[in-house]
Amino acid sequence: MKKDGPARGKKIRVVIAKPGLDGHDTGAKVVVHALKEAGMEVIYTGLHRTIDEIVTTAVEEDVNVIGLSIYSGSHLPLSRKLMEQVKAKGLTDKLVLVGGNIPYRDIDELKSYGVSEVFPVGSKLGEIVQFIQDKVEL
Amino acid sequence: MKKSKSDELKDVVLESGIKVKSVYGPDDVKDLDPDQEIGQPGEYPFTRGIHPFMYRKRPWTMRQYSGFGTARETNQRFKWLLEQGQTALNVAFDLPTQLGLDSDDPFAEEEVGRVGMAIDTLKDLEDAFAGIPIDRISTSLTINPVASVMLAMYLALAEQQGIPWDQVRGTTQNDILKEYIGRGTWIFPVKPSIRLIGDMVEFCSRNVPKFNPFSVCGYHIRESGATPVQEMAYAFEIAITYIEEVLSRGIAIDDFAGRIAFNFDIHGNLWEQVAKFRAGRKLWAKIIKERFGAGSPRSMVLRMIAGGGGGGLTIQQPENNIVRGAYYALISALSGTQTMALCSFDEAYTIPSKRAALLSLRTMQILADEMGLTDTVDPLGGSYYIEWLTKEMERKITECMEDVEKMGGMIEAVESGYIQREVSRQAYIRTKRIESGEIVKVGVNKYVMEDEKTDIEFHPFNQKVAEEQKKRLDEVKRQRDGENVKKALAGLEKAARTGENVMPPILEAVKCYATLGEITKVFKEVFGEFKEPIGL
Repeated sequence: MKKDGPARGKKIRVVIAKPGLDGHDTGAKVVVHALKEAGMEVIYTGLHRTIDEIVTTAVEEDVNVIGLSIYSGSHLPLSRKLMEQVKAKGLTDKLVLVGGNIPYRDIDELKSYGVSEVFPVGSKLGEIVQFIQDKVEL
Repeated sequence: MKKSKSDELKDVVLESGIKVKSVYGPDDVKDLDPDQEIGQPGEYPFTRGIHPFMYRKRPWTMRQYSGFGTARETNQRFKWLLEQGQTALNVAFDLPTQLGLDSDDPFAEEEVGRVGMAIDTLKDLEDAFAGIPIDRISTSLTINPVASVMLAMYLALAEQQGIPWDQVRGTTQNDILKEYIGRGTWIFPVKPSIRLIGDMVEFCSRNVPKFNPFSVCGYHIRESGATPVQEMAYAFEIAITYIEEVLSRGIAIDDFAGRIAFNFDIHGNLWEQVAKFRAGRKLWAKIIKERFGAGSPRSMVLRMIAGGGGGGLTIQQPENNIVRGAYYALISALSGTQTMALCSFDEAYTIPSKRAALLSLRTMQILADEMGLTDTVDPLGGSYYIEWLTKEMERKITECMEDVEKMGGMIEAVESGYIQREVSRQAYIRTKRIESGEIVKVGVNKYVMEDEKTDIEFHPFNQKVAEEQKKRLDEVKRQRDGENVKKALAGLEKAARTGENVMPPILEAVKCYATLGEITKVFKEVFGEFKEPIGL
């Protein structure tokens, strides 16, 4: 059972994922630390995950939030693929965030796929924590 | 008693945790024996530099990272850089190539040619170096888990150009341990990966004596968040691991230590960086002499490429990166580097544009030819502060190395995820210190321009380039002798299983145009794949 004991408040569950071949994981790991410090339950996938693997993890771990971290420049195709899967599997209740090396001009397109918010390099950790806390209803 | 004025000053603490006084004098260095601890340039312990005359005799080598889309495009860039006076090439590969995947592999989709050139077979390398006689240049191949295959291709290319292997100069990055810590292009588990490095060193020491089979990278460890002290300490522990592997094959330390090269990072506090390199040279000389019993001074010197780190650059106010780059080059020269590779001003978000790469090259040329940086050796040596700080850095690096050795050495420390955790913890601390303003980044947390909206540019991804690359791979596969390939791969598998040196069978395989992916697949079957420790 993945549920918290009754004495403790329910925690927001997040998967932070590194899709594709990109090996830049510093940003993803920093976000993991920040979310944990903010009291969330965070699962980090490690590098070189396929979108299928990430979606499976999100289902198995029953997360509220899926966070993709992408630095290689392939954020558009990877995010599109993820959102297709999210929709196909009926996981649209999940908050999907994309972070990393993302040009501002691509943000609207990412959102048109159904991504909830985009946090390009330079975003404050506090903003990410706040956004999740505001949007996720437990 | 009245408070002295200096008590009112704000504390200055370096990233490495060293507290800095407002002024240094003779008392701070009175315990330093100038002969033992500092010495003469070109003499043990090499604190002041690895050559007696340093840049007075020959300025540092200038090298910029380049490599785009296809081998043919890359070839154009190479020729242009050489025409501009660059003295060596530094090759960027795309991610599928770095991870041993062919361009037609489903997992390579969207990544072919994106961050560097795609190499599937020897044919692609032939295109990249067409018209460039490779005995006239020194080439750095930025590739790690499949470095053995790229070396084999480069040697096959030398054969085609009629160049004997003992005239081939260059480096394969080939530092797999730092990939697990920082850069993320790993494939196989730790131990077989280190064996591959051993095979390459053994092969090169017999056949390609001017080639550096690996370059130990503190750079990426620092870029992933480590402090300057951790950067040095972890790089040394990694180098020690490789040395032990090579020694276990019965090769004497003096037969290969002279070719070990390091790749270090520069950003942050100027004095801390200079002291880091001076302390590093001294410590490395001691390790090689005392721990490994080397006799030749050539074995003991810390050869390095050091350039501005992308981690110091900012997306905000991108022109500031031009200025930062120039200061990093200055630090690099003051630190006595052998080779300099500057991050270009657009490197915080992409591989360098032509204009940015040229500006980096000119920055180094201005330093060397206009500013007097080549006049005299180690000009900061003898400064009370620099000598004191060098000693402090030495002490801290030694402590950090002891921590790794307590864990059982670098292999243990990486397999268990200890180093990865230490570095990511440090990255988190650094991010928070930047967010709080404790570490100042101009344009990011000070002198911010509120209405600034500079967007980032990627080198445009070209689906057509990817399609062409796949077509080319297809062509090569159709034209080659399939039976030969099969035989060569079977020979490789046997060598991989029995522990024979894999270099000769890899050479056989690449010469009959076996693909990088086919060769990697053989290794995956024999060695398995690395399981990343993901607990943070």
